[in-house]
Amino acid sequence: MGSTVKMLEIHPDRCTGCIQCELACSWVQTGTFQPSQSLIRVHIFDEQSSYSPYTCFQCEEAWCMQVCPVNAIGVDPDTQAKIVIEDTCVGCKLCVIACPFGTVFLNPVSKKAVKCDLCGGDPACARACPTNAIEVVEANGAEWLGSWGDKVDANYARSLEGS
Amino acid sequence: MAYGWSGKVLRVDLSAGTIKKEDINEEWARQYVGGRGLGARYLHEDLDPTVEPLSPENELIFATGPMTGTNASCGARYMVITKSPLSGTITTSNSGGHWGPELKFAGYDMVILNGKSPNPVYLWIYDDDVQLIDASHLWGKGVWETEDTIREETAVPDAVVASIGPAGENMVRFAAIMNDKHRAAGRNGVGAVMGSKNLKAIGVRGTGAVQVANGDAMMASTFAAKQKLAASPVTGEGLRVYGTPILVNVINQHGGLPTNNHQYGEFAEAEGISGETMTDTRLTGPKACFACTIACGRVTHLPGDAADKYMVTTTPRNWKMSGEGPEYEAAWAMGSDCGIGDLDALIKANWICNDLGIDPISYGGTLAAAMELYEKEVINEEETGMPLNFGSGDALVAMAEKTCLREGFGNELAEGAKRMTEKYGHPDLFIGVKGQEVAAYDARAFQGIGLGYATSNRGACHLKAYTIAAEVFGIPQQADPTATEGKAELTKIFQDVTSTVDAAGLCLFLTFGIGLDDIQPELNAATGLDYSMDELMEVGERIYNLERVWNVKAGVPGTMDTLPKRLLNEAIPAGPAKGRVNRLSEMLPQYYEARGWTQDGEPTEDKLVQLGIL
Repeated sequence: MGSTVKMLEIHPDRCTGCIQCELACSWVQTGTFQPSQSLIRVHIFDEQSSYSPYTCFQCEEAWCMQVCPVNAIGVDPDTQAKIVIEDTCVGCKLCVIACPFGTVFLNPVSKKAVKCDLCGGDPACARACPTNAIEVVEANGAEWLGSWGDKVDANYARSLEGS
Repeated sequence: MAYGWSGKVLRVDLSAGTIKKEDINEEWARQYVGGRGLGARYLHEDLDPTVEPLSPENELIFATGPMTGTNASCGARYMVITKSPLSGTITTSNSGGHWGPELKFAGYDMVILNGKSPNPVYLWIYDDDVQLIDASHLWGKGVWETEDTIREETAVPDAVVASIGPAGENMVRFAAIMNDKHRAAGRNGVGAVMGSKNLKAIGVRGTGAVQVANGDAMMASTFAAKQKLAASPVTGEGLRVYGTPILVNVINQHGGLPTNNHQYGEFAEAEGISGETMTDTRLTGPKACFACTIACGRVTHLPGDAADKYMVTTTPRNWKMSGEGPEYEAAWAMGSDCGIGDLDALIKANWICNDLGIDPISYGGTLAAAMELYEKEVINEEETGMPLNFGSGDALVAMAEKTCLREGFGNELAEGAKRMTEKYGHPDLFIGVKGQEVAAYDARAFQGIGLGYATSNRGACHLKAYTIAAEVFGIPQQADPTATEGKAELTKIFQDVTSTVDAAGLCLFLTFGIGLDDIQPELNAATGLDYSMDELMEVGERIYNLERVWNVKAGVPGTMDTLPKRLLNEAIPAGPAKGRVNRLSEMLPQYYEARGWTQDGEPTEDKLVQLGIL
């Protein structure tokens, strides 16, 4: 069974696409306002009023961590967030490729991997969101993506039946 | 100048095809802040005010402010500054979305364009890489397809595009510049100037940063402002839930919702085009501009039957079933001012306006005047090609496209209501000032907005002195809409504060929830300067006076500060505002006195010296 971890629970239905979360995140990363360096991104679907903030799920399996050849991704003992140890990272980008959600990035200046570290437990993006579309919750790591995984499996099963 | 401002200006000579990067004029930036103010200062320096607006000699400026691209709520705005082909005045047309911030992230505060390209081009900005690219394949295309095509062919999906549709190419006098597909620098015909220069679009991708001088103060002041915005019933809830069309019922209940080209002040079918009806039946959801915590944007849809109802064209782009708008001003201009109570017609027409690129306010005002000409039998179906009765959604939708393409009678509408009504010998049916059609508040029901329309520096405009905030909503305090007392001072203060907000790169809607004293600490934290409240008010006054001086030189003197006869002499016939006219002559002398101008509406030398303009 997984351990209890802090996570960002994202509610796309509450999001308005203002990208205050990107601005807050880039402020933490760079001390400037620079959405291109944000570790949370909002995808805005034209004319659908549909906005999807996405960032690291802090998933239990953490393929980024498993694939790292130099063990540069560790677990924050307080939050259980998966964090990049910058001094150890060699910038090989395997984690960037391994993440199925596209939420590990390569910093163009340091040439090291960067990813959401939950700001040490008080995420700036959640604080900046004007509509509570991003909330910090504590959840069971193993179960976190479980229901989503079940849904994907069910959809896949249905698609096989249809073919 | 590395804080707030990015410090660089792009200068593009379209005739020669050359691009230069220069440092921003720091002294002007301090004096005029940015956006509307700084753009006006550059135009004042560069451009002979007597120039023909649609000639290559006109200058087209895109200007952001120091708050654009920061985390300050509503720090999304850019301004387009040029000489208007509709009013002949200086124009400062404002848009949100993501384009302004993206320009800042690319490293530029302003883009200044001169001359005329020999062939259609678009300007492409990717950080330091700036180039003119052939746009022959985009000429004739709508805004939406243009945006998608530029993103595809540059292979930069995150690029943000500001462009014109066929209306701008055809130099429709109220053509808009569109960005993010549905956001518009809408009024005063800035899109026609862009079209006259053979400039189809400006595509921008910026990966850089906006730096601020005092980070801790920035985070504290922006957080405090956002808290206040969230606590206000207007900016915290009303605008997100219902959007600006919430005003339809409110203004109608005051008897000041102009109907059938301002013949009436009440609209029997107002409920059908109200924000409440839109929210219940056609709203997909709200949409925020960059960094906006209000989210007033309306994403709308038309279910199958409704989408087919006004199928007037064979163009596939009009088969869409989702888009954005209308906002309140558009819902009024194309709705009650044309006597149209079918929301589906407004939505369809609004999408056409957005895609083909025109200002729905001026379009609605012009069509309303044409409908009155038609019903008075000055023009007939032979000339118009179809019945133009008040209330005809078919006419609204069909003529929107024809106007943008300058087809048939659309070619007359494309000239705006002033020129069209003059052509047919009824100039009194033009309800506007200095060539531009008025907005959605009857100046007979709300005295203050009439003074604002008359003294606006770009022709009739609700955005330059939104006294409705005080006269209807009691923001910052209640003013009696029927009284003329105090409106001179009120209008001056609204004009000056608005100028400063526009210069900062912020959205005017902020001022429903916060004041200039909340913006001051944000601006100082971002720029590292130490503007006092008095200085910020003076910035606004300086901008307003500079625009006025420029207009006088351009041949639009203060004596044109007036209202159309209908608003001055013809009383509203029924409803809550029955019997009222606008009493402009009671307010105007007081206004000029408050401004320190001559009674001809021109700034005195003393005033100009005091403000550092001379």
